[in-house]
Amino acid sequence: MNLSVSITKQFQGFTLNSTLELPDGITVLFGASGSGKSTLLGAIAGLVTPDAGRIQLGERVVFDSQAKVNVPTHKRGLGYMFQDARLFPHLSVEKNLNYGSYFAVNKPSEAEKRQVIEMLGIGHLLKRRPVKLSGGEKQRVALGRALLSKPDMLLADEPLAALDAARKAELLPYFERLRDEKSLPVVYVTHSVSEAARLANTVVSMGDGRILGQGSAAEVLADPALVPDGVRGVASLLQAVVSKHSDDGLSELDAGGQVLILPQVNQPVGSQLRVRVAAQDVILSKTRPEGLSALNIVESQVVSLRQGGGPGAIVTLETAAGELHARITRRSLERLDLQVGQSCFAVIKTVSIAREDIG
Amino acid sequence: MSWLGPQEWQAVLLSLKVAFWATALSLPVAIFTAYALARWVFYGRQALNILVHLPLVMPPVVTGYLLLVLFGTQGPLGVALEAIGLSIAFRWTGAVLAAAIMAFPLMVRAIRLSIEAVDPALEEAAATLGASRVWAFATVTLPLALPGILAGAVLGFAKAMGEFGATITFVSNIPGETQTLPSAVYAFLQVPGGESSALSLVLIAVVVATGALVASEILAQRMNRKASGE
Repeated sequence: MNLSVSITKQFQGFTLNSTLELPDGITVLFGASGSGKSTLLGAIAGLVTPDAGRIQLGERVVFDSQAKVNVPTHKRGLGYMFQDARLFPHLSVEKNLNYGSYFAVNKPSEAEKRQVIEMLGIGHLLKRRPVKLSGGEKQRVALGRALLSKPDMLLADEPLAALDAARKAELLPYFERLRDEKSLPVVYVTHSVSEAARLANTVVSMGDGRILGQGSAAEVLADPALVPDGVRGVASLLQAVVSKHSDDGLSELDAGGQVLILPQVNQPVGSQLRVRVAAQDVILSKTRPEGLSALNIVESQVVSLRQGGGPGAIVTLETAAGELHARITRRSLERLDLQVGQSCFAVIKTVSIAREDIG
Repeated sequence: MSWLGPQEWQAVLLSLKVAFWATALSLPVAIFTAYALARWVFYGRQALNILVHLPLVMPPVVTGYLLLVLFGTQGPLGVALEAIGLSIAFRWTGAVLAAAIMAFPLMVRAIRLSIEAVDPALEEAAATLGASRVWAFATVTLPLALPGILAGAVLGFAKAMGEFGATITFVSNIPGETQTLPSAVYAFLQVPGGESSALSLVLIAVVVATGALVASEILAQRMNRKASGE
């Protein structure tokens, strides 16, 4: 389903002015706090009324300031996940899950209910009250509740932001399963690079109420103009399959024939994963380095060189694992005398890759 | 109850009847008003707030007099009601109206507080799950605010039972028609030897008021536990 949004909204001293066309899959709306991404999401859901503009969900116009159309939230057929789970405190988990189906036009079947409950691992919580749940459990129930209202599209507003690192790690795989197992379009708002890297089919980067750019996760994360920290935030996204777990706390992954040695991954052998490698954690060498503590030495070829006004440069490499970006100083670039088409070796320290960047 | 004479007995029953109808009729309006004051921003909100609270601070005699002017046999609203066959001047129905208006501010205050205590974000969540405003209110806000609504209803009932000034001004003190419990106490105290009758009515008033408060406390505690999910 396509979503097209073109709205303006004056709020808290700045104007949100967004034009957006979204494809299917998980689209991550990505930007720093106050960039307007949550307001944009609220406008799509009808929780925020834009000053002017137009919002179209598939074939349906749900907001049009000129034609005076403003479909109320409950008729937009969208699921919404809030940062705070917003479970109904007076209802059991089961009744929370069923809440949306009272109003749904096509109600979920018992089999669908069981499938969602099983996918989210919340079967043992059904009789409990929300107050008795942990933060991660609450968000799983909130996700299930939204899915069982059978929405045409799911909107998620920083669903992991209020959770600690361990709970985030617990919840992310459910969104990955959602992306891989269901054909539901999802718009997911976050300011976390690692969430964007792991979940997105498409990333839309926002800043100061505007859309800065849009592309695949790998494209956006590699663009200094689109990542929040600029050049410091540039990263590569590698696709890899878990091939082996060692007993010294490391895992081996196969990325297009290239072996990557990473901190222990919790997924079983054979799982398909994404690995985010920050460009500033990649070291380049013209000859194969020896006597080095770093475990990952990747053969590569220079594809492009980018230099800005600062002291750094971004070198993009072609490797067996895919495109890899390295951020080095311009001085190193001169000293190594790197040219497009040249072979070199990229060095990645195993421990420089955080666990949240793998998944 | 042999210690209660027929006139006293009549006054007690009438008071219960008046208080019941006053509470039943003003509760839905009070819930709606409290919700509007708690949740909506609209032109004249402050004026409505003041209007609702006026009976609480105005002398009850003044409220009664205004009711008489508006709803009396010559009053514009009284004539209109008479035309549809509803006579309230000097009738028990008038006592219901007076009690309902006097109890209204107390009910709105208690209910508004409990609605304000319910996170409006939950109504948004209900809307994203397909619930219209009315359904979101009925299935989320109403059950969560129920302790306050019950407390408001009980307070309103107690106030309606005890209403005196507006009632006696508006519908007078006619035994069997408009002589509620407080009016009866007042009447008995005006005649020599009426103290014993007055005393038994006073006892009943104390028992009813205490019972209502205890019941509302127990209910509110139960509902609170339910709402907090324990």
